[in-house]
Amino acid sequence: MCSGRIDLEFVLRAFSNGQDGVFIGGCRLNECNYVTHGNYHALSMALLCRKIMEHIGLNPERLNIQFMSAGDGILFAEHMNDFGKKVKSLGPLGISEGIDKDVLKSKIEEITRLIPYIKIAKREKLGSRLTNKADYDGFFTSNEIDSLLRDVPSYYIDPDKCQACMICAKKCPAEAIEGSKNRIHVIDQDKCIKCGTCFEACPPRFGAVTRMVGKPVPPPIPEEKRTIARKSKEK
Amino acid sequence: MERAEGEAGNFKVTLIRKPRYIKEDKCTGCGTCLEYCPVQYPDPFNQEISKNKAVHIYFAQAIPLISYIDESCLYLKEKKCRICEAVCQNDAVNLEQQPEKIEINVAAILLSPGYEPFDPRVKGDYGYGKFANVVTSLDFERLLCATGPYEGEILRASDKRHPHKVAWIQCVGSRRVTPGDNSYCSAVCCTYTQKQVILAKEHDAAAECTIFHNDVRSYGKDFELYYQRTERLPGIRFIRSYTSVVREVPETQNLVVRYSTPDEGVKEEEFDMVVLSVGLNPPADAMALADRFGIELNSHGFCQADSSNLMETTRRGIFVSGAFQGPMDIPESVFSASGAGAQCGEFLDYRRGKLTRERVYPPEKDVSSEEPRIGVFVCHCGANIGRIVDVPGTVEYALTLPHVVYAQEQLFSCATNSAKEITDMIKEKGLNRVVVAACSPRTLEPLFRDTLREAGINQYFYEMANIREHDSWVHAKEPEEATRKARDIIRMSVARCALLEPLQEIDLPVNKAGLVVGGGIAGMTCALSIAGQGHEVYLVEKDKDLGGMARRIHTTLEGLDVQAYLRDLVRRVYQHPLIHVYTDAIIMEATGYVGNFVTLVKSGRGVTEIKHGATVIAIGADEYQPTEYLYGEDDRVLTLLELEERIARGEEKIVNSHCLVMIQCVGCRNEDRNYCSRVCCSQAVKNALKLKELHPEMDIYILFRDMRTYGLREDYYRDASNKDVKFIRWEPEDKPQVEATTAEGRPVLRVTVTDPILGEKLAIDADVLALAAAVIPPAANREIAQLFKVSLGPDNFFKEAHVKLRPVEFSAEGVYLCGTAHYPKHIPEAINQAYGAAGRALTLLSHDIVTVSGSVCEVDDKKCMGCGACIEACTYGAIEFREIRQGKKAVVNPVICKGDGLCNAKCPTGAIRLKHFTDEEIMRQIDSVVPEEDMPQQFDRAVGDV
Repeated sequence: MCSGRIDLEFVLRAFSNGQDGVFIGGCRLNECNYVTHGNYHALSMALLCRKIMEHIGLNPERLNIQFMSAGDGILFAEHMNDFGKKVKSLGPLGISEGIDKDVLKSKIEEITRLIPYIKIAKREKLGSRLTNKADYDGFFTSNEIDSLLRDVPSYYIDPDKCQACMICAKKCPAEAIEGSKNRIHVIDQDKCIKCGTCFEACPPRFGAVTRMVGKPVPPPIPEEKRTIARKSKEK
Repeated sequence: MERAEGEAGNFKVTLIRKPRYIKEDKCTGCGTCLEYCPVQYPDPFNQEISKNKAVHIYFAQAIPLISYIDESCLYLKEKKCRICEAVCQNDAVNLEQQPEKIEINVAAILLSPGYEPFDPRVKGDYGYGKFANVVTSLDFERLLCATGPYEGEILRASDKRHPHKVAWIQCVGSRRVTPGDNSYCSAVCCTYTQKQVILAKEHDAAAECTIFHNDVRSYGKDFELYYQRTERLPGIRFIRSYTSVVREVPETQNLVVRYSTPDEGVKEEEFDMVVLSVGLNPPADAMALADRFGIELNSHGFCQADSSNLMETTRRGIFVSGAFQGPMDIPESVFSASGAGAQCGEFLDYRRGKLTRERVYPPEKDVSSEEPRIGVFVCHCGANIGRIVDVPGTVEYALTLPHVVYAQEQLFSCATNSAKEITDMIKEKGLNRVVVAACSPRTLEPLFRDTLREAGINQYFYEMANIREHDSWVHAKEPEEATRKARDIIRMSVARCALLEPLQEIDLPVNKAGLVVGGGIAGMTCALSIAGQGHEVYLVEKDKDLGGMARRIHTTLEGLDVQAYLRDLVRRVYQHPLIHVYTDAIIMEATGYVGNFVTLVKSGRGVTEIKHGATVIAIGADEYQPTEYLYGEDDRVLTLLELEERIARGEEKIVNSHCLVMIQCVGCRNEDRNYCSRVCCSQAVKNALKLKELHPEMDIYILFRDMRTYGLREDYYRDASNKDVKFIRWEPEDKPQVEATTAEGRPVLRVTVTDPILGEKLAIDADVLALAAAVIPPAANREIAQLFKVSLGPDNFFKEAHVKLRPVEFSAEGVYLCGTAHYPKHIPEAINQAYGAAGRALTLLSHDIVTVSGSVCEVDDKKCMGCGACIEACTYGAIEFREIRQGKKAVVNPVICKGDGLCNAKCPTGAIRLKHFTDEEIMRQIDSVVPEEDMPQQFDRAVGDV
């Protein structure tokens, strides 16, 4: 596997487990072991992750990424020693940043839940190649991440419009839509990964799925009211 | 090598094997002996700048990675010491080893003795060997390297301080006819110097670097960009000047360099360090080598070869590759190596596979219904691990881990008896998964996977815990910490191992035929070489006739009669029973994958479906049609190719003209085409020499930017200069001007150019103007790239898989590249590369099957939302959309997938998974970084709640 295989989730999981620092080592940039230059993907992911850490109040320097070859043992040792010192100076995770442990854990869990959404929203940037070190800092900006995490959409099925056709439910990759034929569909907000597949899938003539930003999702329609009486046919 | 008797197809070679005083089959490369060896002597690998032990491993990447004992050994000299013998736990030292005579019977011989760096001590120029801070480029190369004498620090020999101001002097030993120097250009120094400058700047961003140069010869692929990148770095000066190191400053041991510039005349400047960019000499023992093999050398001492096949020596069946052909860079060296290999193969193909024996493994046990039963084997690696890590304690610990049912220690897990032990234990204890805690998986994972197969267990049920490179070697001074870390590493491996799935590798049959696209010299040479080893070849050419661009070339610089050569080549192609030629052909469709391609070709023969295992792209290049210098407006303005055709026809207007001007770099090395066309300087010299031969009184001017007659071609440049061909250099901001006018009643093309030496405008009244029109990418490149799913580089030539290491392959497996479609190149170079591509294709075609790894990606349709993020991430083109009832779903072709897993990290829904490195497996490993019972405590400590 390539360093570009490292998922945002792996890094967050380590912090969630209470690790004080995470180090990612990849091949030297432009000296790809494959032909894919996936180490640039790892770099983009790390830069994104650092901004997210900043957003939730963690010191981004707890995540370090370096590129080196198998022949760079001494360089590797230098980086590890530097990073070890750095992490020690930063102190234990959370306490140094003044975040309560439960708050931190729930914040990380919340971000982890948003990974699918983040991957979709930042897809282009995550796969790009930053060739100039000077560009690292501004690649993802704090504003960008703040708005990304502020404007998280929710998807809601309007019970008045839903025709219970099962199209969205069948397509949902997270199996987050409850319902069956003639039973109004409801999105389980805990399972929903905010990918928007249902929004795309709902036939335009129904337009039952709405994308909501900054508003609370209305409570699901009670179980007993979900059965559709096919009015048009009955009348 | 003592001697080679016999003839092509049947040589008897006598070898003397020098003693290494180490039993190769016993040494594991653990390095204990060199720790104890008391003798230090100057390390030849580090240019004798630092010391090494009498017993040591030559360098960190040596193959085999085992020790040898040098003549400086106390025992070998004085029969004392023998410490190494005592400390070796595997009994691998044998100080009584004697030279051994070996006779081998071979069909062909391949010589790759390389080159010898020019030794500036010989002439005593530049104070090398006298002034401490004058180094050669090879010394500097070692200084730059992390495994070098100062562990990657650039230090001056005199005071071990970092040099701040460094000067490089180019062409040391090259391009000079003075005795002791080489007349030829060493071909690689311009670019390696640029690399050293870039690396020096990475070491010290404030470093001031000055390069004193003659022509800058950035003629290789992407080299022009590299040159520009170097030039643009801050604190870099490129100064075109002859130079000398005049003295050392006694107080500082700095060096005073004398040079001259057009503006300031002769000056002297002080530098902290001077690097001599030394050239390439023939191998030191080339004469003796030639003698023993009965081959001839050329006047420079490199191997004598015919320019139609640089890999053939003067003795049949003996081939040559690499810099013994003459100075060359890594890609050319790799072409020729692969190409010479292919030619050796032609003598050997009839007995290919005769000595192979098939391995038979026991049937694989189905353990899918069993609980994980993990066995952990902890290796001492002699003293390497055992001296630092508490191995017995680690074994005890391993037994406490979930699913571990058995654990033991081993002295060397990689020894044959240990592998047997693992196999036995798997059977005896009913293990279904194995962790070996030893060294890097890089070297030994294949061995242990094989061990599992021997025991009837799926080979992917194996995990390696690296407690040597990652642990005992780096924490030698903290044994307790090292032991704790070993436990951590093993715990993580065990956790992952419990989740591993059995994976199957797929064996695909290989269709034995090859398809060659493009019937120029490269394509035909490649087709003949593949067919020469018994494979059907389909040769597809877009034109009516074979020959390509070579039909317009009449001689090479070295004097090859190209048309006669081409006629012979075409004849051999048509006569070969295994080569099927399709001319006037268009490729309509190309599908399939390595070993199993299907291509639809429409040609004079109708539409043909061709099935083939390998594809070679050899579609050549085109000539740029100039829009500058009155080309197309005035019929006296020609391209170099047109000039050559007219010289060949003996056209009087050309041959009898009084004055002929050539302008170089037309249509390249500019914004539109930021690369050097590589061949034009030599082509200009070739035509100038030809014209001088026909009409010695003709005035010939070559207006150039840098003369890039690299390698042995330099001699022809000098010859032209001696024959009074005038060379005038121009700068890109002050291009030559051309106007059609009359002089003394004669219609002329007046070419005005600034003479850099005189600093004034010079007007030349020419009868004929020839433009060195750029070599441009072939017109069909995009179409062909799309059809065969291969990529183009920034200059729109085809992009090889790796510029140095895989220069004849594409990243798409089973597709190869040669000739000018890759980059402009001379005919002999195209032939080198054509054989090279044939060599790679034959490596594939000679196998009956290709094996596809089990660690590839797969998609869970239910989870796939059809967003295509994975398709974008896959450079191999292994993922496609497929329409099913639930909509668009990604699907992986496991044959093309290389298992890098980029798609996995991009997939928002976790629908695509890289087998053997799944989210679950890696996450479990992350969760085990801290032992389960410690986890809450650690979190509390971290958060500061306790």
